[in-house]
Amino acid sequence: MTRFNYLFTSTKGLILTAISLIAIVTAIFNTLSGPMVEWGIRDLTVKWLGMDLNPAERAGRIIMLYHTIAMAVVAIEVYMMTSVIPMRKHEQKNINMLVTVGYMLAMVFGLGFAYWGHNFTFHGLFLVGQSLVFFSGVMLAVALNPWKKEYYVTDKDYAHFKSGMDMERMAFFIMTLAMIISAGFGAVTGSFWANGHETFLAEDLIRDPNKTHLQKAIVGHLHIMLTLIAVSITLVVGRWLQFKGIFHKIAMPLMIVGTIIISGGVWSVVWTHMAHTFIYIGSVGVMFSALMLVIFSWNKLIHDNSIELGYKNPNIFQKIKALLHDPIKFGPTWQMVFMNFTVSGVGIFMAIKLEQIFRVWPAREERITLTGHWHILAAIIATIILMYYADIAGLKGKKRKWFGWIMIIGSDVAFASMTIYSMKRLFIPEEVAQQGLMNTTMLLADFGLGALLILVAILLGWKLFDLFDGKGVWTKEAANPELELERTSNPVLNIKRENEFNSEGGEK
Amino acid sequence: MKKLIYLTFVIALFTGCSTDAVFNTETKRIETGVNPDAWVVIPAGPFYYNMHASKENIDYDYEMMLTHVTNQQYANYLNAAYAQKIIKIDSGRVMGYYPGDPYDGYLHEWEIPEGEYLHIPFDKAGSHIKFKDGKFVVHKGYENHPAVMITWFGAKAYADFYGYRLPTEKEWAKAARGTDKRAYPWGDEINEKICNYGSTTNALQRLFGGKIARTSPVGYFNGKTYGDFETEDNRSPYGLYDMGGNAWQWVGDDYPKVHYRYLRGGSFINYEYNIFVWARNSAGPDFYNINIGFRCARDIAEVIDTIEVTEIIEE
Repeated sequence: MTRFNYLFTSTKGLILTAISLIAIVTAIFNTLSGPMVEWGIRDLTVKWLGMDLNPAERAGRIIMLYHTIAMAVVAIEVYMMTSVIPMRKHEQKNINMLVTVGYMLAMVFGLGFAYWGHNFTFHGLFLVGQSLVFFSGVMLAVALNPWKKEYYVTDKDYAHFKSGMDMERMAFFIMTLAMIISAGFGAVTGSFWANGHETFLAEDLIRDPNKTHLQKAIVGHLHIMLTLIAVSITLVVGRWLQFKGIFHKIAMPLMIVGTIIISGGVWSVVWTHMAHTFIYIGSVGVMFSALMLVIFSWNKLIHDNSIELGYKNPNIFQKIKALLHDPIKFGPTWQMVFMNFTVSGVGIFMAIKLEQIFRVWPAREERITLTGHWHILAAIIATIILMYYADIAGLKGKKRKWFGWIMIIGSDVAFASMTIYSMKRLFIPEEVAQQGLMNTTMLLADFGLGALLILVAILLGWKLFDLFDGKGVWTKEAANPELELERTSNPVLNIKRENEFNSEGGEK
Repeated sequence: MKKLIYLTFVIALFTGCSTDAVFNTETKRIETGVNPDAWVVIPAGPFYYNMHASKENIDYDYEMMLTHVTNQQYANYLNAAYAQKIIKIDSGRVMGYYPGDPYDGYLHEWEIPEGEYLHIPFDKAGSHIKFKDGKFVVHKGYENHPAVMITWFGAKAYADFYGYRLPTEKEWAKAARGTDKRAYPWGDEINEKICNYGSTTNALQRLFGGKIARTSPVGYFNGKTYGDFETEDNRSPYGLYDMGGNAWQWVGDDYPKVHYRYLRGGSFINYEYNIFVWARNSAGPDFYNINIGFRCARDIAEVIDTIEVTEIIEE
């Protein structure tokens, strides 16, 4: 297998490619805002790359930028799903190919349109790219069809319906379906562009009592897409951590019902103020489902690592040591717990105290809190993906520990600091006294994010150098391109046909 | 070595987390040569409004203040209004009557009934106007800085007292942008020499001394050089100073379905995207902050001694 095939056809290579492209885009476009502007870095980037930054088009540029990054993140999740969920090989290949071409077109031409003048051929190709990602989603939904009998569970320890239908597969299917419909909310509204629909950032609409249906559709779109990306990664992580048993059987129905209610709730934002009630109810289902995964995985980590560490009857301290023994596997579920303090908790607190606190603050401060908490959610999802990728890449020993702990501590310090920063008026109402808190939180956020960026740069640098080695790690990954884990069903066992499914390991 | 690094980090955290007010009560008085009592005529006609540059029209001439209302101007007003018993002092706060807003009962809308409302707290750190020996006085050196910590009620009361009004959002936007599609009142580029915004802090702190430089004197960015700091002229197409940066400016509109009042222009705290002529902020009418001030508008017909903008520029 050539390097090209490894990077563009194997699951592990495709994930690496997408992470690398996101890293490059983030590194470049990161220089256009925040302190980089004050340090003069933005001017250098703009001059060096010949960018055209019309101030009036800033909102449009930001929209294009995070769409391009989101498409690549969705692609990573699709690669993971087509590998961990049993399906036919041709389905996997077609879906992966479509989503790869799609996100790359969207990324290259979306950014080209937004930051280097307005070539409308580029904009057309950006739309083509997004459409391909959309159609790969449709194909994924078809491939995930949980009613196909060959995908019924073969191990009754996995959540299943009476018939044997795989509940986890159903959860993936519902999430994919919801994402396709939710993408439509953005696409329909976006297609009105140039027909009178004006570009806007959702956070600029807060406090506006006269939102149009299209504006509400966009607000719903961005919230549900991020939520479904979180649902998706939770399900994938569950598979990676071999989620099964009673907690799996409690979690999957909750995830299915929660995803349906939360999606329906968000879609109904366009028509009713009651939407938030549905969203809260749906969120409870999804979050309880994630809690089941956390409980399961922590028990499993304590159990498995205690054996590895030689503890026969571990006491509480040994259990904690066992839990923290492998930060790469502990990290994703810890981030799900931590998320409650920086995202869900903040969101619920804001909703409860909206009138008494947040709507008393100036809109620009409410806006910082709003954008802060969903930026943090997006970043937490990124850290979970990166930790899974570190596992896929085969980090072992001290490297694995250093990577895991820096990722966890760096991100959590940064996210906690940003949460406190965004809500500083809550702790220190008088702005004249906030400077100390602002300085400290900014310093800690920079420290945490800086550590993360260096860490990711080292990981990607290592993978890049490895590609130059004819016998590098990449050759092993290329030879065994699928994610190695237990799957909920075994279609080969079910229909007695071999060489047809993605779950048979290795290249055939 | 490890212990030393750890100790340094902890000390940095604790000292950084101090919640002491970082606030100057005295500063070096800087003369800018710009007259805050001056007004500028904004002619009737079409203009581009908001980020999407939609075409709007104002079919009457009006006038806007050349600069923000200064601390000295506001203190003078408070003394006059207090003498006439138009305002009251209550526990370190200036209070005044407001007849109330129409209430639509819309989701998240607060009812603003007739009553006495806060105009300015003079006992709070951040306010440069104090009540001393029966008179309102200004912190030394801050006389020609924009009056901040003023609520919308306080801004409106000032305007009403002199027969002026707060500009509407559209009046404000036209005065800031003129008739083209520029992003900032002075053009399409921004830097730390052209207005007082987030990136200017270090330069101003060095010049003004003290802990943290916040507001700058009105009209400070006029092309003059102060010490070794060379400013650029930030006048809008009609000649108004500081329509971007320094302190947010209350506008007068009371829109249906909301109790919020709106703010334009950005402030010394904000990044550049808050300085855009279309950037908008909002807060309840009783909200005050160290970066919120205002300027007034008035109808041409009521004007007696108009100072033309060209005369001001020559000054």
